[in-house]
Amino acid sequence: MYEEIEKMKVYMDNAATTRVDDEVFEEMKPYFTEKYGNASSLHSFGQEAHEIMEISREKIAKLINAEPKEIIFTSGGSESDNMAIKGIMWKNKDKRDHIITSKIEHPAVLRTCEFLEKHGFDITYVGVDKNGLVNPKEIEDAITDKTNLVSIMHANNEIGTIQPIEEIGKICKEKKVIFHTDAVQTVGKVPIDVKRLDVDLLSASSHKLHGPKGVGFLYVRKGLQIDALIHGGGHESGKRSGTENIPGIVGFGKACEMAMDEMEKRNKKLIMLREKLINCVLEKIPKSYLNGDKEKRLLNNAHFRFDYIEGEALLLRLDMEGIAGSTGSACSTKSLKPSHVLMALGLSPVQSHGSLRLTLSKYNTEAEVDYVLEKLPKVIMDLRSISPLNDTNIDDFPDEDINHGAGEYE
Amino acid sequence: MYSEKVMEHFKNPHNLGEIKDADGIGKIGNPTCGDIMWCYIKVRKNEKGKEILKDIKVKTFGCVAAIATSSMITDLAMGRTLEEAKKLTKDNVKDALQGLPKIKVHCSNLAADALHKAIEDYENKKKKDNQKN
Repeated sequence: MYEEIEKMKVYMDNAATTRVDDEVFEEMKPYFTEKYGNASSLHSFGQEAHEIMEISREKIAKLINAEPKEIIFTSGGSESDNMAIKGIMWKNKDKRDHIITSKIEHPAVLRTCEFLEKHGFDITYVGVDKNGLVNPKEIEDAITDKTNLVSIMHANNEIGTIQPIEEIGKICKEKKVIFHTDAVQTVGKVPIDVKRLDVDLLSASSHKLHGPKGVGFLYVRKGLQIDALIHGGGHESGKRSGTENIPGIVGFGKACEMAMDEMEKRNKKLIMLREKLINCVLEKIPKSYLNGDKEKRLLNNAHFRFDYIEGEALLLRLDMEGIAGSTGSACSTKSLKPSHVLMALGLSPVQSHGSLRLTLSKYNTEAEVDYVLEKLPKVIMDLRSISPLNDTNIDDFPDEDINHGAGEYE
Repeated sequence: MYSEKVMEHFKNPHNLGEIKDADGIGKIGNPTCGDIMWCYIKVRKNEKGKEILKDIKVKTFGCVAAIATSSMITDLAMGRTLEEAKKLTKDNVKDALQGLPKIKVHCSNLAADALHKAIEDYENKKKKDNQKN
């Protein structure tokens, strides 16, 4: 008999959100109860708030090699994506009404594009190869004299693939098309230099890098004209009205500063843990696969799929063992649709059901990885033992043909 | 999202697995939507001479709700006469589980259908055997 190891609490859903760093939280605290001024006010309370906001803006700008003035604070990644796309398309709507994006973008980009499509804009969705990578040539070919914007994410939030945005940036610059990248998953993890990348607009979110929720930024290249999404008192150079979230911005600034200082050390550990996780899972569990490119992948992302089991059940069984992950299974979503990212890889709905995303942060330890490697194979074996699917009959289940006996589903 | 009863059955499902020499097997489901259930039954006569479900097992591919409904149907039907078991509905399963999330009601509540199919399979086999004799 094996010795039962002690139960642990293991958080491996850091692509969803991260723990706020203690130092970040400490830095934020005075801005709730002592230094609570409105950054637009002229009195000392207001000026104190304004000052710390600008200091934070500098710290944040430094992380991506931008000018502080190019950083527009928002409420987070979704708002930044919305502002970038709607703001830039609205600004130029009479001249150029075409957007090129990919099929694996975050919903904040995809739903925004669909909204604009309803309002008469023209959208091209490029696909990805089986490893989840966009082909820059395909974007180049899709550019017309009507193209105003290309929006391609830096790293995918589900499967973690890192897109060739430097190449795409070059193409856009050459063709004089505006380039937006959703860098929510990469800011603070991967060195980013907006000057070298030829990016015009870049979205980021604080809570993905150990900062607080409810704050993000949109980088807007100097000189680029963009319409506001939120109108009002003219905050953020008139680009984004609304009283600035000072505690959030202070926390975000601290988180960016720490990410920059610790990046090398964090990344060394993350790569080691991720490699161990991926290699051991694939080795220990039969019929397991890695989704997304093995090399061009975010350093904290491991995305698997396992035959013959379903992801929601897997997720909650892991939760019972204290392990928090995420799945792209249709059964886990409100729409009951399988993940659009997994579909774009060319996986069948059956294959996409058994998917599991484990994403690491600086707080994860090797002992936690070992714990997952101990528990995950058992959970999968257990679910497979009650599954009617197996090697001998899987081909008997073509995707669409069995009378399902169920009612309508979206 | 899920009721306590659902989680209880999901955590410790009853009678999940296979009966090797089953008297009837009912298969239902669609991998596209993510739930497949195979129901196995053993039938015996009780002291009154009525046919009862002596054993039921279910193999399930699917979400939390699919596993919980599979487990619950075996609890509801075990030891019942075939006639009683045929009357068990999806609603009975849902109610016994203290309800299911709305979106799961249609796609994951297949266990009663799987059981009915298994009984049908048993009765068809019996009919054929009778014809042979």
